[in-house]
Amino acid sequence: MSNFEGVAATETLARPGPSGEPGAPNGAGGKPGKPRSLAGDAWRDLRRNPIFWLSLTLVVIVAAMAAVPGLFTANDPADCVLARQHAGPSGGAIFGYDFQGCDVYSRAVYGARASLLVGALSALFTGVIALVVGMVAGYFGGWVDTVLSRIIDVVLGIPLLLAAIVLLKRISTDSPTVRIAAVIFVLAVLGWTTAARVIRSSVITAKQQDYVAAARMLGAGNGRIMWRHILPNSLAPAVVVLTIALGTFIAAEATLSFLGIGLKAPTISWGIDIDTGRVHMRESAVPLVVPSTFLALTVLAFIMLGDAIRDAFDPKLR
Amino acid sequence: MFRYIVRRLLQMILAFFGTTLIVYALMFAGQGDPIQALAGERPVTEAQRAYLTEKFHLDKTGVGGFFYRYFDYIGGLLRGDLGESLTGRRIVDILAQAWPVTVRLALIALVVAIVVGVTCGVVAGMRRASIFDNTTLALTLVVLGVPTIVLAPLAQYLLGVKWQLFPPTAGSQPTLYALLLPGIVLGSLSLATALRLTRTSVAENLRADYVRTARSKGLLRRHIVGVHVLRNSLIPVITFLGVELGNLMSGAIITEGVFNIPGVGFNLFRAIRTEDGPLVVGIVSVLVLVYLLSNLLVDVLYAVLDPRIRYE
Repeated sequence: MSNFEGVAATETLARPGPSGEPGAPNGAGGKPGKPRSLAGDAWRDLRRNPIFWLSLTLVVIVAAMAAVPGLFTANDPADCVLARQHAGPSGGAIFGYDFQGCDVYSRAVYGARASLLVGALSALFTGVIALVVGMVAGYFGGWVDTVLSRIIDVVLGIPLLLAAIVLLKRISTDSPTVRIAAVIFVLAVLGWTTAARVIRSSVITAKQQDYVAAARMLGAGNGRIMWRHILPNSLAPAVVVLTIALGTFIAAEATLSFLGIGLKAPTISWGIDIDTGRVHMRESAVPLVVPSTFLALTVLAFIMLGDAIRDAFDPKLR
Repeated sequence: MFRYIVRRLLQMILAFFGTTLIVYALMFAGQGDPIQALAGERPVTEAQRAYLTEKFHLDKTGVGGFFYRYFDYIGGLLRGDLGESLTGRRIVDILAQAWPVTVRLALIALVVAIVVGVTCGVVAGMRRASIFDNTTLALTLVVLGVPTIVLAPLAQYLLGVKWQLFPPTAGSQPTLYALLLPGIVLGSLSLATALRLTRTSVAENLRADYVRTARSKGLLRRHIVGVHVLRNSLIPVITFLGVELGNLMSGAIITEGVFNIPGVGFNLFRAIRTEDGPLVVGIVSVLVLVYLLSNLLVDVLYAVLDPRIRYE
């Protein structure tokens, strides 16, 4: 036993870092005497986690790319001249040109928009579905919970990629807006289950707390209890799951576009560019490597961000 | 135990009908004129139309007719009759030819995941917060974060084309060596998850009361780890790897497509590109079935390995 306590002790000692205050694990950073909330604790943890800052920086950069791509490149991604096929870097095109003679870097920058749009909106819709289902199932329990949990089981049993292939095969239009909407819809419909399970279990924990009983005794109705008391207290794990899901959705979008059933040509997507780059990798590997790096870093950033937040909120998982 | 298996079986049947219904409805319901769609641009004679209507039971309309055809499709699926692809080959033949390749690839991936993942996971779990632990954690995070569509082409380019350590593509009769690189790429994701799972599980079990008891009895450390900790820690890992085998068989679409391995995933990859609707549906249906069955097997195996689950 002593062995493991020793390990745990060194961990807590080591965590504040070389500049931290060892031996003062409580209230070291905050004002003395003021009780700290769980969120405050988590924030204190997050602030000194370099992975958190690294991933947050990446996320901010990619978000800026999606919002104002003109800040990062002056070149038009649609300006493709076949004469420049696989030409080297020149005039702002720092990574040269691809098979069609398009600026590789500019395309990668403009590709952020579709990816982030799909990822963020899918995560948003996933969050809404998961919140409603998880809250209702967890709060009311009984047969409602049984039915909803079985539905979750069934949807969870459907392999995402296969189902997405079947669903998207039906969309034959080439209109970019419709295709983006379709991909978002498919990912949201298939991807909400994990988050719903997480929310359900944290709602079950939250509803047994004393403050819920107190609120009920004060005459609060179901709606008020759910909205004011249970929701804020079961949100943290949901945020973690959804941050990670955002990364996974971006990867899923790229994969579907790579297969040729996600987004299509006039839309610029990393998945499409990786596929084209892959075919011509023997002539030049740069058009493959650049969008690959952009995609991998973006997905990684979201997953690391979610991981860091989870570590902060749930230190026992460390 | 028995009740658990029955419950699990019922759940699987529900999932099976749910998924196949979705697949079927999406592929075939609400199409304009399926016969014209089959014929493409060419005109369809009355005789052909009558024959096809008869063959596919298209004379029954409405919701009843849809379910009639759906159960027809389910019956065919269970009998192993999946119809023909647009190229005229029987889908069962295509699958029969592709399956052994996919299974071999999946087994290579699984072996890689078990050997590397579990070994490193045990070491990392026993030496928590060490350099080895932190390095593997960071590495697995990277592996989990990098999508296959990045990993597979890059591995193919670097190891296959640039440094030429492995053959870049497998070809029609893949040797074991040619399958090695795709197997590693395919297995890397399972490897990372297995490693993390083993690590957490070992670290948790090291704190358990029975380990303290064993230690106070004066048992050797390697005995405690080898007999007590490992046995209990590997239960979730085995479950995961079982599910993963099902996943690997169905999830190899990208890897097989990139490395040109003539397996099931490759056929699906090609069917999507050539817009071969019946082939896509046929393969997806079978893959969903494999996925559901492997999940069921694993859950039953889990109940056998961990007696606590019986009283759930």
